[in-house]
Amino acid sequence: MNWQLLGRHPSLVVGLLAAVLFALLGLVSLWWTPFPIEQISIARRFLGPVAEHWLGTDHLGRDILSLVMRGTLTSFVVAGLGVIIGIGVGVPLGLAAVAWGGIVEWLVLRLSDITFAFPAVIVAILIAALFGPGEINAVIAIGIFNIPVFARVARGGALAIATQDYVAAARLAGLGNAAIAARHLLPNIMSLLIVQGTIQLSLGILAEAGLSYIGLGTQPPATSLGLMLRDAQSLFLIHPWLSVVPGLTIVLIVIALNIAGDGLRDAIDPRLRHEGLNHGAG
Amino acid sequence: MTARNTLALTVAGLLLMAGPVLAQPTEIRIGVALEPPALDPTAGAAEAIDVVVYQNVFEGLVRIDQTGAVQPGLAESWTISDDGLTYRFALNEGVTFHDGTAFDAEDVKFTFDRLLAEDSVNAQKALYEPISAVTVIDPMTVEFTLSRPDGLFLFNLGRGDAVIVAPESAENNGAEPIGTGPFAFIQWDRGSRVVLEQYGPYWGEAPALTRASFVFISDTATLTNALLAGDVDGTNNFAAEALAVFENNVQFKVLVGSTEGETILSTNNRKEPFTDLKVRQAMAHALDRQEIIDGATYGYGVPIGTHFAPHHPYYLDLTDTYPHDIEAAKTLLAEAGYADGFSATLKLPPVAYARLSGQIIASQFAEVGIDLELINMEWAQWLEDVFANKDFDLTIISHVEPFDIGIYANPDYYFGYDNPEVQALNETLNATTDEAERLALAQEIQTIIARDAVNGYMFELAQTGVWNAKLDGMWQNAPVEGVVLRDIHWVE
Repeated sequence: MNWQLLGRHPSLVVGLLAAVLFALLGLVSLWWTPFPIEQISIARRFLGPVAEHWLGTDHLGRDILSLVMRGTLTSFVVAGLGVIIGIGVGVPLGLAAVAWGGIVEWLVLRLSDITFAFPAVIVAILIAALFGPGEINAVIAIGIFNIPVFARVARGGALAIATQDYVAAARLAGLGNAAIAARHLLPNIMSLLIVQGTIQLSLGILAEAGLSYIGLGTQPPATSLGLMLRDAQSLFLIHPWLSVVPGLTIVLIVIALNIAGDGLRDAIDPRLRHEGLNHGAG
Repeated sequence: MTARNTLALTVAGLLLMAGPVLAQPTEIRIGVALEPPALDPTAGAAEAIDVVVYQNVFEGLVRIDQTGAVQPGLAESWTISDDGLTYRFALNEGVTFHDGTAFDAEDVKFTFDRLLAEDSVNAQKALYEPISAVTVIDPMTVEFTLSRPDGLFLFNLGRGDAVIVAPESAENNGAEPIGTGPFAFIQWDRGSRVVLEQYGPYWGEAPALTRASFVFISDTATLTNALLAGDVDGTNNFAAEALAVFENNVQFKVLVGSTEGETILSTNNRKEPFTDLKVRQAMAHALDRQEIIDGATYGYGVPIGTHFAPHHPYYLDLTDTYPHDIEAAKTLLAEAGYADGFSATLKLPPVAYARLSGQIIASQFAEVGIDLELINMEWAQWLEDVFANKDFDLTIISHVEPFDIGIYANPDYYFGYDNPEVQALNETLNATTDEAERLALAQEIQTIIARDAVNGYMFELAQTGVWNAKLDGMWQNAPVEGVVLRDIHWVE
């Protein structure tokens, strides 16, 4: 990728910049937030946006900007780990399906079908209900529904490559299935994986917000964007601002990631525009 | 058909439709947050059971009125022997259960034999343990013999735990309650609502309402919308945080009253470091009661300094025993050997006042160096871990039973306070019937537990009802658990 390329895809620039900006905002909260997020001050609650608190304060008098920063971090970390689990397990499965074929392929595909048969959020709720609410279980839940998505993308991409002459040549040269998958298939589907990863990241952020919103994700005093929405829900008629801030933040992050994902797809591999990507389960 | 005819018919139709609208409505739909696990108040501790059935479907020998006073119920009158050990009740004639069977002294005996039996599942069995015998004198007279005088005996007879059930139906009361009350149970759509209907042959004065539904809506935002849209006519206890929506709305009336719920930072007195009085005192100093009340109850809670309801005549204001003082707290912690503070867990049941207070207390304790880890729990888990297995450091809970200071005389109770002095005083209190002496004893116990900082005493939970402005007769206060429909009626 070079700068010229970026110039030809303005939406990619905007999306990437916005996504990176949000990610940085979250990262910064590790070292610095305008106010400590645990610091409760009832006397200062429900302040609208003022000079001291740019985004106002919530029902416990906490600084909303600080909460949004830390909440964004939670969202990215949970969704990011979910994507890593999905890639870590799903991609080897998908490549194995292509490299070995036969019974392995059948098994991988049927396992994906079974996981796809359940809506992702239902699976996440099931996992959170079984193992209790919390961030780690949210990560596992999001990771599990990412696995079949990546397995399918990896298999789909690899299938097209497996028929190439150089793969046949490698096989003639004595390379085993595992080596072919690692040396020839994987590098050639990297761009696909990056694009799908971006999309799954945005879906993961939505899923984390959803889980926290229904009380199965992040638990107080930690915070996440979904948890902020949950806290603000019963106050919506009186203090709508408390819902608007985390809600808009989620929307902006997801839009940014989606624009970045689409832009990446166009920029990295123009052919993909026609093939279309698996947008996964939402 | 001519145009004139059409018009006439239309007008006639409109008039017909207007007819029923002009009449006073006699139905009510009440939104309540929690669905009861079953509907038998003599076999479960859940407040949600009493909310639906207490004094509506089931009645006791006596009933508690809105001020907390004891009124005649199924017993029209009673006499008490001079030694306070024998109570003789004269029962009302013509009372029938909703399945048509007649009520008499045998039902009373059956009820209390069942309540006191070895295998009884009554949640408040201990309250009735002074009863040594229930004797049927004749079908309309029953006599209770106590093993020791009990100053609260009549009040306890009026609680939901002691309502009269019939041997023919007691078994199935959990799913299909059959009592003697003014309302008969019609149906229970699980997860949605319970419907009651006026019982025609009711022995007493017929209520104004003919039909009442309790609709279960646990989510505050949903309940807000249901109230605004008129899908429910009221709720007995609405989340304080969103009360402002209704406060200035003429279509609604907001009733703020008292409950018997002492909300405390319950402390495991068996466990280090809470065995140390200085640590408990330091925690008491670290609590900023007003901030908790403002933050968790939006100012509706009433501060308490001990385990007693502020509206009770025996209440003693002890809120100044350990005023909010961070320096004092730090000094006490240092004296106790925790100059750098310590870490503890705070287990929180799924109620708004506990979850909010928990976050606020964690922030307040952090200022004196006590690091709290918040653990959110579901009810079943909380009841098992904290209440049954006593596996906790700190928890936040509202003790809603009226006059429950006796729990401080029970060393096996979940917070494990073991003080022989309080135990002796409580025994004397239970056996005393003279009002002045009872007041002195109750206040002495209040003072001791406040000084000992057994638990963090925070506030008395308020009852914040939201009702359609055209409804009248609801209880403002909640001296016992329940939503009593008896006096509720529509006014124009």
